[in-house]
Amino acid sequence: MLDNLTQRLARVMKTLKGEARLTESNIADALREVRMALLEADVALPVVKDFISAVKEKAVGEEVIGSLSPGQALVGVVHRELARLMGEAHEGISFATQPPAIVLMAGLQGAGKTTTVGKLGKFLKETQKKKVLVVSCDVYRPAAIEQLKSVAGQAGIDFFPSSAGEKPEAIALAAADWARRHYHDVLLVDTAGRLAIDEEMMAEIKRLHAALNPIETLFVVDAMLGQDAVNTARAFNEALPLTGVVLTKLDGDARGGAALSVRHVTGKPIKFAGVGEKLSGLEAFHPERMASRILGMGDVLSLIEEAKKGLDEEKAVAFAKKLKSGKGFDLNDFKDQIGQMRKMGGMTALLDKMPAQVAQMAGQLPVGAENKMVGRVEGIINSMTPAERAKPEIIKASRKRRIAAGAGVQVQDVNRLLNQFEQSQKMMKQLTKGGIGKLMRGMKGMLPGMGR
Amino acid sequence: MFSFFKKTGQEPQPPESAPASAPSWRERLFQGLAKTRAQWGGKLKTIFSRGKVDDELLEELESMLLTSDVGIEATQFLLDDLKGRAKRDKLDTPEAIQQALAGAFVDLVGPLEKPLDIENHRPFVIMIAGVNGAGKTTSIGKLAKYFQDQGKSVLLAAGDTFRAAAREQLQAWGERNNVTVISQESGDPAAVIFDAIAAAKARGIDVVLADTAGRLPTQLHLMEEIAKVRRVIQKVDPTGPHETLLVLDANIGQNALQQVKAFDKAVQVTGLVVTKLDGTAKGGVVAAIARQCPKPIRFIGVGEGIDDLRPFSAKDFVDALFE
Repeated sequence: MLDNLTQRLARVMKTLKGEARLTESNIADALREVRMALLEADVALPVVKDFISAVKEKAVGEEVIGSLSPGQALVGVVHRELARLMGEAHEGISFATQPPAIVLMAGLQGAGKTTTVGKLGKFLKETQKKKVLVVSCDVYRPAAIEQLKSVAGQAGIDFFPSSAGEKPEAIALAAADWARRHYHDVLLVDTAGRLAIDEEMMAEIKRLHAALNPIETLFVVDAMLGQDAVNTARAFNEALPLTGVVLTKLDGDARGGAALSVRHVTGKPIKFAGVGEKLSGLEAFHPERMASRILGMGDVLSLIEEAKKGLDEEKAVAFAKKLKSGKGFDLNDFKDQIGQMRKMGGMTALLDKMPAQVAQMAGQLPVGAENKMVGRVEGIINSMTPAERAKPEIIKASRKRRIAAGAGVQVQDVNRLLNQFEQSQKMMKQLTKGGIGKLMRGMKGMLPGMGR
Repeated sequence: MFSFFKKTGQEPQPPESAPASAPSWRERLFQGLAKTRAQWGGKLKTIFSRGKVDDELLEELESMLLTSDVGIEATQFLLDDLKGRAKRDKLDTPEAIQQALAGAFVDLVGPLEKPLDIENHRPFVIMIAGVNGAGKTTSIGKLAKYFQDQGKSVLLAAGDTFRAAAREQLQAWGERNNVTVISQESGDPAAVIFDAIAAAKARGIDVVLADTAGRLPTQLHLMEEIAKVRRVIQKVDPTGPHETLLVLDANIGQNALQQVKAFDKAVQVTGLVVTKLDGTAKGGVVAAIARQCPKPIRFIGVGEGIDDLRPFSAKDFVDALFE
């Protein structure tokens, strides 16, 4: 999401070379670029101003020590500042109360509150083994209650029925009572979307908050939000004692400056990030990782976590052995690899988390090509017999025709795959000898031509 | 934003050929954007009170525009335009500067005013696209009402087969406005819309509004899905869809531009609906769009009421900001 900002900063920092110390004049250009980049990323202007002046103050006079370039020294300062702005480490939902722990959701229309309720419910149920009840106090939008009911069903959590004719407070209190009597650990309260300037609606949610006295009041905010994020966040923060923020639609290509703005204005931790349309798409938000990611240091920690989730441990071990021996890497393994990459969210998701240089290189690919390509490759391999997969060299003209027909592709595509496979076999050997650097170089040659 | 357009001099002339419903709509538009104006209050007055276009004024104006989501490029353009006007016309009173900026703004967004003409096809098929939570389904409800008020028969296609209860939401709208909604238990959005258009043809309906599920431009498989919806519409009606509307949430920042570009690539967007314009710092994104990826703005929404979605009029819009 924030990759454009990353690239931009990377470019700026290159221009700062060969200076012994950071001065007001030699970082002026760089800071202007940072300012532009942040503004383009929809970070609110007041936040940008504060940020730039803080960075300037800290950067000026900073010695460029040792092997660092001035650019790197400035990146260091920007990173520290950004990490500070993004806040402390992730905090989950607090359960420090007599059950049920009530969580109230608030936000603008279309921020993703209902979906987030479903995701959060599933998350709490599956990762923390909580008994979750959800209730909708949105008596305004048609079928909003219906939507939550259906979301709750998909998430496998309990749903407290309500109807559009009731008062939001009455619904919420009835649900809290029900949760108490049925030993639910958590009650998630969905509310109607509202504009911060809609006094009547803000008063309603204030009353709702007073009646429920929730342990968590989460502000759900769209990561794509523009400059107004500041005003909206401020208004909600003033109206309600917020305890945290949920950032939604983080998988879009918005640069997500709203995250910085909201954090800066409310001072409340961003607790979760919503990604993807599936109910499993809720991640703990890691401010320090986000700061690193903005600066192109790559979100390697998340990548490792993803890998752990997605990979079949046994297979990975077996594969590592094969890799080490440099022998026996056949099309079956190739297919497994593709499958595992899929599980980890596909190539795009992986590249997103890599350091800027790598992502930049891969970014030259046409968008979407890699996903399509992966599917096609899988199809071709699926059309082969086990013997062919184990020994691709036996595939000659007639087999190629059969495989092509089976996969619904041209013979050339089969040829291309076989060539690529040969290349990747070589790559695997390089990897065992030369490490990741060579591997990346190998990939560069291999990717763009694939799967047309 | 835009309180800087507030005229201290004479009132703006109402458009001569204003339709009968215009006053109340204009009022609502004014009201919707009133909060926007109030927010800036005297600040802009202070800026303009300098009485000449100098660096300080430009810098303060730049901040003002940037915080209104106008975006860097369009801001630069507007400021350059203002500078040009200042040189040419010797702007030396606050009012003159204000008018010049308003003029620059009208020139910028004026070309986006192209009302939707639904007379040339029957059924006139309108496909609605947008990201999650932009207000697609709600806009469809309002559009249905709008077309009905013009004496058109309307049919809705519940093409959002993904989101929970999207179908029910549309059906609720349909019931309220007495409009037929074509939906299926689940399944393929393209199939639902195909059925709807076929039904519209059989029943001689004037306008078909086809809802689709929200999707982010980065979800490539979903972007392909919506491209398919478009192709399927063309199968049942080779001239359709006669309009492909992208619904944009005015709260969205510069990502709105990305959305226009991505959806245009997938489904050839022919018009925009800008929703949720009532609020605080909104409206600037309209300028950014005019500058960087101009598409006709067919409708804008400035409130929650069913009548609060209306055709975009650059003059009314800027007038409302002028007051």
